[in-house]
Amino acid sequence: MNAQIEKVTTQANPKNRLPKLATFGIHSMFTVYSLLCIIPIILVIMVSITDEGAIVREGYSFWPSVFSFDAYEFLFKDATSIVRAYSISIIVTVVGTCLSMIIIALYAYPISRKDFPHAKFFTFFVFFTMLFNGGLVPWYLVYVQMLDLKNTMAALIIPLLVAAFFVLITRTFFQTTIPAAILESANMDGAGEMRIFFQIVLPLSLPVLATVALFQTLAYWNDWFLSLVFITKEDNITLQYLMYKTMLNIQYLSTNSTAASAIIAAGGTFKFPSESVRMAMVIIGIGPIIFAYPFFQKYFVKGLTVGAVKG
Amino acid sequence: MSTEIINATVKQAPKKKVSILKTMKKYWMFYIMMLPAILILLLNNYIPMFGIIIAFKNINYVDGILGSPWSKFENFKYLFMTKDALIITRNTLLYNSSFIVLNLVFPLTFAILLNEIKNRFLAKFYQTVMFLPYFLSMVVISYLAYAFLSDTNGYINNSLLPMLDIEAIKWYFTKDFWPYILSMVNTWKNMGYYTVIYMAAIIGIDEEYYEAATIDGASKFKQIFTITIPLLTPIITIMTLLQVGRIFNADFGLFFQVPRESGVLFPVTNVIDTYVYRTFLTVGDIGLSSAAGLVQSVVGFSLVFLSNWIVRKIDSDNALF
Repeated sequence: MNAQIEKVTTQANPKNRLPKLATFGIHSMFTVYSLLCIIPIILVIMVSITDEGAIVREGYSFWPSVFSFDAYEFLFKDATSIVRAYSISIIVTVVGTCLSMIIIALYAYPISRKDFPHAKFFTFFVFFTMLFNGGLVPWYLVYVQMLDLKNTMAALIIPLLVAAFFVLITRTFFQTTIPAAILESANMDGAGEMRIFFQIVLPLSLPVLATVALFQTLAYWNDWFLSLVFITKEDNITLQYLMYKTMLNIQYLSTNSTAASAIIAAGGTFKFPSESVRMAMVIIGIGPIIFAYPFFQKYFVKGLTVGAVKG
Repeated sequence: MSTEIINATVKQAPKKKVSILKTMKKYWMFYIMMLPAILILLLNNYIPMFGIIIAFKNINYVDGILGSPWSKFENFKYLFMTKDALIITRNTLLYNSSFIVLNLVFPLTFAILLNEIKNRFLAKFYQTVMFLPYFLSMVVISYLAYAFLSDTNGYINNSLLPMLDIEAIKWYFTKDFWPYILSMVNTWKNMGYYTVIYMAAIIGIDEEYYEAATIDGASKFKQIFTITIPLLTPIITIMTLLQVGRIFNADFGLFFQVPRESGVLFPVTNVIDTYVYRTFLTVGDIGLSSAAGLVQSVVGFSLVFLSNWIVRKIDSDNALF
């Protein structure tokens, strides 16, 4: 009985429903827009399985006249540079995300405590970095001249470790969801701050940690700017940077392929499906992201809305 | 190790600061917890802030940054004498202004409409698909754009335009289209993100408002303009304020990757960020690029404060700080 009353009051008034035609209009609009979001990726997938000759004849198309998996065959059989770029991307992403999550949480917890007198100062210390920066030149010189990190993996990890926005989101989450009473009673039972943090605070904060992890994974995996700035040698090239270089110079991949150079050195001509290989590489590059992101979705809204930046 | 350092400073510090020392002693663990992030913030953010003196110097590598002679405002004079200064400022401001409007109007409309869909499964599906572009890197997006726009193989030139009997267009060599192309790409990429933010705010609105409005006979349109939008004002203000504060910072990836560094397009695609990058790392002019970078930082910083001040005058609850 009670439940039924509740149901009636919380359910929208049937009089407030949209007319059928309007609902249909909304659905068709969203269907069209959803298609617009997927179509470019489908085009790239189709190009990646198109025969090289067909591309030259008809250009890129959604339904090629001749299908061919040459591009993928080439990528999987022999592409030292792609395998290496892939593993460097994975290492940077995994190490970066884990470190970043720990460092951010470790910083966010003290500034979330109302009894910590310096919380305000340290909140400002991180917030200020969102407002002002020294610009590209001094920032570059710190990494290259002061720390001498040019061409190292550290230069691809350190700059993204502490994202101010996520520190503030995590702090707000700690403030709003973890009852101060629990912390106090743990403290009275003699638990140290570290123990409270690892055994009480972190297990209660999985949603916000997942959000931070998701965004940082994305930031690291999709990063090409740090490579563009800091990487000048052939090693430590991430997948995104490899894609960027291939975009400007189609032959970049073939010149780096051992098989191709062996054939050319022996005096033969190597038929390199450059157009489709480029697109196949994009598909391989976005693959992990596309598979991973629906799983993170449920944490997304929670994490985004729980921490307004207001401080 | 770190405990020792802190304890050492505790012993040495003068007596006057006893209250700070007491808190440091009581909360020493907090400082250790914060140490890694503090170090990184110092390296990544605070030391470069002092590096802005480079803009006032005539840097040479023999004397180093501190030893190089001062040049006062030479770098800035030189910067503002170039044709580029006006172009990059204009491009940055115009693009970002239009992006602010587009990132508000379309996602807000989408969020309101999405909320009207009673089929939760479909609503979730649309939302998920719309979010997809946000997860792609600008390198990938430049490939997607290239698949359509490429002169020789692109889908538009090979399939769409022949169908309409229009001659092929050399997209990467025609300036006129790029303001629209870049705006479209930007909206396409960010739509999902902003829609989710506005959507979450709309879900938070108490259903009772709409109940009461329906009983009073208010139409859907009236409800949107008298209930939904007014109640969303705080989040709209914050989101807009964040973007206004960054109006001098262009999305580097968008302007660097998508036009594929086509020099012909520079007059409509060069923004402050790409200019700073190119003058520094391609041309190698430290003075000019750091001057441009400093102007960008200072103006951007002032804009955050200005916009926040204006908002606080109107409605202090919505101010960012």
